[in-house]
Amino acid sequence: MTDATTPTPKRASLLAVDERTRKRNAAEARFKIYGIVAICVGVLSLVVLLAAILSNGIPAFQRTVVQVPVTVTQEQYDAAESTLFKTKEYEGLFVAALSAELTSAGIEADISSGALERLVGKVGNNLRQFYTANEVQLGQEVLFEVPAASRIDRYFKGTLAVENITADNRFIQPQDLDVAEAMKDAGLMATVFDWNFITGVDTGVDNPGGAGIGASVLGSLLMMFVVLFLALPIGVAASIYLEEFAPKNRLTDFIEVNISNLAAVPSIVFGILGLAVFIQYMHLPQSAPLVGGFVLTLMTLPTIIISTRASLKSVPPSIRDAALGVGASKMQAVFHHVLPLAAPGILTGTIIGLAQALGETAPLLLIGMVGFVARYPETFLGGLEGPNSALPAQIYNWVSRSDAVFTEKAWGGIIILLIFLLTMNIIAILLRRRFERRW
Amino acid sequence: MYDDTRLTEGDVASMNTKISAKGVDVFYGDNHAIKDVNVEIKDKTVTAFIGPSGCGKSTFLRCINRMNDTIDVCRVTGDIRLDGEDINDKRVDPVQLRARVGMVFQKPNPFPKSIYDNIAYGPRIHGLARNKAELDEIVEKSLRRGAIWDEVKDRLNAPGTGLSGGQQQRLCIARAVATQPEVLLMDEPCSALDPIATGQVEELIDELRQSYSVVIVTHSMQQAARVSQKTAFFHLGNLVEYGDTGDIFTKPEDPRTEAYITGRIG
Amino acid sequence: MSVAWLLTALVLLSLAGFFIVKGRALASADGDRRSLHSLPNYYGYNAMLLVFVPAFFVMCAWLVLQPILIGASVSSEFSEQNLTEDMNMSLVMSDVRRVADGLDQAIAKGAIGEDEAEEVAADLDGLKTLLSSVGVVLGSDVSDDIVASAQDYRGMAGTWSVIRDVVVLILAVAGFAYAWSRTNASFRARNTVERAVLALLIGAAFIAILTTVGIIYSLIFNTVEFFRLYPASEFFFLLEWAPSFSGRGGSSSLGVLPLLWGTLYISLVALAVAVPVGLLSAIYLSEYASPAVRGIAKPLLEVLAGIPTIVYGLFALLTVGPFLVSFFGDEGYLGVNWMGGGTAVMTAGLVMGIMLIPFVSSLSDDIINAVPQAMRDGSLGIGATQSETIRQVVLPAALPGIVGAILLAASRAIGETMIVVLGAGAAARLSLNPFEAMTTITAKIVSQLTGDSDFASPEALVAFALGMTLFIITLGLNVFALFIVRKYREQYE
Repeated sequence: MTDATTPTPKRASLLAVDERTRKRNAAEARFKIYGIVAICVGVLSLVVLLAAILSNGIPAFQRTVVQVPVTVTQEQYDAAESTLFKTKEYEGLFVAALSAELTSAGIEADISSGALERLVGKVGNNLRQFYTANEVQLGQEVLFEVPAASRIDRYFKGTLAVENITADNRFIQPQDLDVAEAMKDAGLMATVFDWNFITGVDTGVDNPGGAGIGASVLGSLLMMFVVLFLALPIGVAASIYLEEFAPKNRLTDFIEVNISNLAAVPSIVFGILGLAVFIQYMHLPQSAPLVGGFVLTLMTLPTIIISTRASLKSVPPSIRDAALGVGASKMQAVFHHVLPLAAPGILTGTIIGLAQALGETAPLLLIGMVGFVARYPETFLGGLEGPNSALPAQIYNWVSRSDAVFTEKAWGGIIILLIFLLTMNIIAILLRRRFERRW
Repeated sequence: MYDDTRLTEGDVASMNTKISAKGVDVFYGDNHAIKDVNVEIKDKTVTAFIGPSGCGKSTFLRCINRMNDTIDVCRVTGDIRLDGEDINDKRVDPVQLRARVGMVFQKPNPFPKSIYDNIAYGPRIHGLARNKAELDEIVEKSLRRGAIWDEVKDRLNAPGTGLSGGQQQRLCIARAVATQPEVLLMDEPCSALDPIATGQVEELIDELRQSYSVVIVTHSMQQAARVSQKTAFFHLGNLVEYGDTGDIFTKPEDPRTEAYITGRIG
Repeated sequence: MSVAWLLTALVLLSLAGFFIVKGRALASADGDRRSLHSLPNYYGYNAMLLVFVPAFFVMCAWLVLQPILIGASVSSEFSEQNLTEDMNMSLVMSDVRRVADGLDQAIAKGAIGEDEAEEVAADLDGLKTLLSSVGVVLGSDVSDDIVASAQDYRGMAGTWSVIRDVVVLILAVAGFAYAWSRTNASFRARNTVERAVLALLIGAAFIAILTTVGIIYSLIFNTVEFFRLYPASEFFFLLEWAPSFSGRGGSSSLGVLPLLWGTLYISLVALAVAVPVGLLSAIYLSEYASPAVRGIAKPLLEVLAGIPTIVYGLFALLTVGPFLVSFFGDEGYLGVNWMGGGTAVMTAGLVMGIMLIPFVSSLSDDIINAVPQAMRDGSLGIGATQSETIRQVVLPAALPGIVGAILLAASRAIGETMIVVLGAGAAARLSLNPFEAMTTITAKIVSQLTGDSDFASPEALVAFALGMTLFIITLGLNVFALFIVRKYREQYE
């Protein structure tokens, strides 16, 4: 050691921070800021996304209605029923009632049938249906609540481009807006919660305001039913085999590699599988929640298997040893002791898998679940086999139509979808909190 | 070599105080890990901290270069001075402090880089070399000081993780030396090594004493006796006894020290 | 008897089997359960499994095979008769099925009686009106031959369904009889049941292999079919994507390259967003953030991962697209006019990037946490700052794992469908401008298979070739990435 005696260089005082350290500390601060910025970008994206959903979607839950008290006498009813164009007669009755209300409210307005259609659409049939079903109400005053025309609705929601409206527009004219404002002030128009959006079914382009999401929610629920009853037992069975019984050999390895790869296969490929195998080859019905359920089951299985295996693995071997030690068979040890202890974890994983399946759209497009579904199924089995849509597919369907009302409905549909997902995830989190066990 | 140690013990008294600690307390959350420790560590001396596990010797060692700052729940109070300057002063940058008070850890922890880059890492970040030639020189000098130059000089670009345990630990010592520190802290540097590697590292520690103040935490009393000139005995967070190594091992004053070195506690 | 009733019957039979056989087991031991080999329930389970499982599997197999076999038989008869040149067998068969289904539905809804179905078929126009009243619309090329075949089809389906019910029920009863005959005090019921359960468990595990086989079968089979109709060299090397919508085949250009380019370009933009944001977030959260910040920020970022892709698609199409246009479009704030419409590579890429942020950050978080603390201590102990430690020690150590995570994210981006269907546009082009609309493999799979084109045409079959391309790319990326990540994990375990 030749340099052993070289004195170490005497350095400056510790108390003074030298130039280089200052620079390094500045770099340190910058680096930290990058991280904070990155997190802010992520969180900001989330905030913007949620804000966009809420601001665009909440109007879908409201609709503007025209509330008019109408009295139809027995004679008027008989007269209307005996004519050829019955709904036209009822429309006349409605116009008369509305005009009377307008006059008493002091609103100057011409409610010819053109203007009426621009304000509330065709109402004759609503009246006729009501009175044919409730003849006892004849002669009494009934408060009719009919949906306002979609453009009036959009006007009150602030999404109508008012400056582009011309006097010869077939759908809306500038004076209609004044009438609508006056009616609102007089209490003849009101904005109410739109239950029809939640319970109703899809409608054609002629009545975008009446479209509801109910039928497709039912379609999604039917699919979730299929997924739950197939994916949970199959997934748990496969996990039990792989985790507890499978010998360590090439076949087991092969199955495991298969599962981890399936977990990463793009969802659209499962759609191709469903189309080719279930529909082309097996001739199962197209657009049916049953087939959708099959496809989503195959897609969800890897998720459920992976989380089930993790919760089986977290049960300590001492439990198995204890059961085997009192003479239980391997199968009894697993089913009596390990499985109940792993159950909360399995359920959590299943719920998360279901949530994934609920939001999945692409494979459903390929097996035709984007059709126009204007009816609720009559029976449970009919619902499984018959054509139906699904919540996300219905949203996609609405977006691809050009009418702005449908776009609003699509955003509203997203709120419902997210409420479902949020509920499922909260249940999963609560389950985990409630039953989490540290060994 | 061990005889040498004994002979030089007398010189130690004349050395300057490098580090002085007064009234140091350390808390891990609610746990009072170090209780009112006072110690003066001499320059160009090997000081050994001994004591049973969990007695706080490693914790105290980590106070000296403020490594405890990296643990959220850890709180240090009291006065620790390096060359008379309070290292816990607000103006002190721990980065600068650690460049002067290097540290070697229990488990060899070479970076997943080449041997050369492992050594050059410190000089690079502290800006000790003006050019490649100077850096090469620092690397060579450090590896020589780490007593590992002859073994690795032909494969400086091989990964440091590919060396044996003993070589890795000497590489880590060389890495610490490369920043030209004044104090070297070693936290049980031989506990993960086999006896032969331990012997090589101990030999190295004795050589390092000529340039640095070395503080070593060790489990092994034999090791403390072999390499150190001063020994401090810690027990349950207290510094029980501090003095010349020979005195501690031959005529301990405190009954706890005696109990420990005779194997009745610990 | 419908399938639902058959299934109900099976369930009831198996429950009956359980109780009867359990009773017999107890009786055979004179009511003393201690002298039975197994618990009484196991004898019951044994009967239940024997009644249900074979019958159920035969039923499932029958349900799958019957339409295929009857279809084959009907089509062979049909071709013997009169199949003209321009008629496609699969189209004819789909008409046959549609007529048969329509008649079944008409009967189910009570529009006609079972016996009228025979007569109504004689009148082609009457049939069409009848079927459209139950929601089945027939094409113009439905001929009398097809209706006749449909009647054949219905007849065979009816006969074979009865045979199916009989066979399934006989199997169930036979299973019961076998269980009954074997039940006595010394029968090892538990061992038998456990072996059967194990077999069922193994069967469940094999579903994973079956799924893979199904995917590969459906892709390969149809891809081969496609390459028979369309030259493979054009598919792989043609620089144009222009499917014709009018005729069947002929003038379409179906080159994969423009789609591949669109896919890669959008994925690249997405990764350019997700990798820096995700990685830096992961670094900050794992190295700097206090537990409180981590406890809030991490779940917030993970919310992004739980949002369905359709939501991102809508967000791209209706929010991000118009927003970008207001900057880069005609009369935008920047006055550059780079962007023609809301759908563009940039729109889809940005939104996909947001979707991938939590994916990258949680994977990187795991990987960074796997780097041993000793490594950080070593660097901090010689006076490195924390950022120097991260950049020069932690990240190089974690690099293989991070590369694996990025590859997994890339595979996600390439396979993503809804965002590009809604946000990227429909035009396939080879362009460098990220503000132009482009399209991707996944978007074209959707559009080629949801249109009206016939399944046997190259325009529809090309979707399977695209699916195959997609499957191979993503599978390759996944296998490679998982391999890297596993190697990385082993290094620190």
